[in-house]
Amino acid sequence: MKIRTERSTLWFNIVGYIVISILSLLCLLPFWLIVSGSFSSEAEIVRDGFKIFPSEFTISAYQSVFSNPQQIFKAYAVSISLTAVGTLVGLFLISMAGYVLSRKDFKYRNTLSFFIYFTTLFSGGLIPWYILIVKYLDWKDSYLALLIPMMVSAWNIILMKNFMKSIPESIIESAKIDGAGEFTIYSRLVLPLSTPGLATIGLFLGLAYWNDWFSANIFITTEAKYPLQFLLYKILASAAVLKTSVAANLSADFKPPTESLKMAVAIVVTGPIIFLYPFLQRYFVKGLTIGAVKG
Amino acid sequence: MSGLIAELRKNKMLFLMIALVLVFFVVFSYFPMVGVYYAFTNYNFDGGLFGSPFVGMQNFKFLYESGALLSLTKNTVLYNLAFIFIGNLLQLICAIFLSELASKWFKKTAQSIMFLPFFISFVLVGAFVFNLFNTETGVINALLRQFGLPSYDFYMNTEPWKYIIVFFNVWKGLGYGTVIYLAAIMSISDEYHEAAKIDGANIFHRIRYITIPMLIPTFILLILLSLGGILKGQFDLFYQIIGNNGMLYESTDIIDTYVYRSLAVNFDIGMGTAAGLYQSFFGFVLVMTVNWIIKKTREDYALF
Repeated sequence: MKIRTERSTLWFNIVGYIVISILSLLCLLPFWLIVSGSFSSEAEIVRDGFKIFPSEFTISAYQSVFSNPQQIFKAYAVSISLTAVGTLVGLFLISMAGYVLSRKDFKYRNTLSFFIYFTTLFSGGLIPWYILIVKYLDWKDSYLALLIPMMVSAWNIILMKNFMKSIPESIIESAKIDGAGEFTIYSRLVLPLSTPGLATIGLFLGLAYWNDWFSANIFITTEAKYPLQFLLYKILASAAVLKTSVAANLSADFKPPTESLKMAVAIVVTGPIIFLYPFLQRYFVKGLTIGAVKG
Repeated sequence: MSGLIAELRKNKMLFLMIALVLVFFVVFSYFPMVGVYYAFTNYNFDGGLFGSPFVGMQNFKFLYESGALLSLTKNTVLYNLAFIFIGNLLQLICAIFLSELASKWFKKTAQSIMFLPFFISFVLVGAFVFNLFNTETGVINALLRQFGLPSYDFYMNTEPWKYIIVFFNVWKGLGYGTVIYLAAIMSISDEYHEAAKIDGANIFHRIRYITIPMLIPTFILLILLSLGGILKGQFDLFYQIIGNNGMLYESTDIIDTYVYRSLAVNFDIGMGTAAGLYQSFFGFVLVMTVNWIIKKTREDYALF
């Protein structure tokens, strides 16, 4: 059988491929400019500006970054620890709360749900929140200020509750008859059945921790405590360049590669998420799809 | 009250399991609500919450009379409207194209690429913007120079930033929104399309009369949901693109950036809290209104 393509379908396809290709290119272009900038020589950037293709390909910016990588490694360690601890503890608390609120036989579930939900409707705002953390909790320059306030959010609890609502009540009922306690039901039955929900919210949470620069911006004053994104921000925003040993080793008239170095740092800092994201994206799409169909 | 105690005893474990989360919200959400009192004071750090002089509505009056309230509200609302409508429309278009194109490989690759910006931090977005638009080394000015044209100082002109900010917001959320719409398209039964094909409908007819009408409810719902947050901003985006560049505030200052500056640059706690309270209060009224509208039209989608 010969498949005949209608003219209209053909046109639709042509337009579709073009539109999607252009949009995809626009999504890639800024990344490419950073990559290209990181491989350009400083002289070229100063002379011609950033280019799509560097004419003087060099890896000297990366050599500078890795000549004295302690600062970046330290920031990596901070970001990785915060992300891991924050996501794990956060998921534990969120899923437990979601479980309690999803239990239809729990009399106070609506009252407590509203107590939590109300915080998304009305808030004291940034400044009272900041003063609470700095003045009353005394968390200025403490990792706690980066870790705790981001851990739980009302939206994530509501999302989790909705995921768990779809677990048949009869499973919980029968476990109860078998004499299982609430925590056992939660940890042994409900959690394994909620893996798509856990994966999605875990990713949201992890990404939020990994990309957080704002908390460090307002709470952290010691340079050694900077997480990755805030270190990048500092390097990009100020003239202060990484403490590399390169500049010291070379002659006095040597100008450190500021612009290309910034780009190289951006690449080194962003690297892992770029490699991980195609893998993470699959879980996101799955989770979002489940959420969207439920409405 | 005795009901509560009986309930506590009966469901001790359930209460225990949610206790930490409740404490979290009491500390980080409900305690700061007391702090809105700062909005009515001339705050000084030594005096603290109730030691600072009470000034009544003076902060609000000043915000209003200086014109800040009006221009902040205007900027915040207009930016959000642009984000919501342009963003959703583009996501919708992408989802329709992606759902109909035949090449699996192309679809997968395009979807992955469009999702990429969602994963990166706003700090990097700020770097992109600087790479593209700065006067000395920016790509656009480098191109202009190559063609012998005079360079354009973006950081001295307010006008282009409206478009730059909207572009990067839409850019960052494109892949995410497309997935939501794609999911909605996938849930449309194939039978409609098959039947329409037999009746001789071409691809445009089918999109016009089946896909789009079926997506309208999702579209309206997503728009309504986001309208509730129209006074809230995208602080990360604005701050990473504009920073503390006062030259550009006229067209780029939103409530969130104003509040942040009150805290971190001007140390004007009273004024900043007042602006934050204004945002929170009207946001609250808006959400209630939007929820009321959803309840009237599509009850099962109401938020509460």
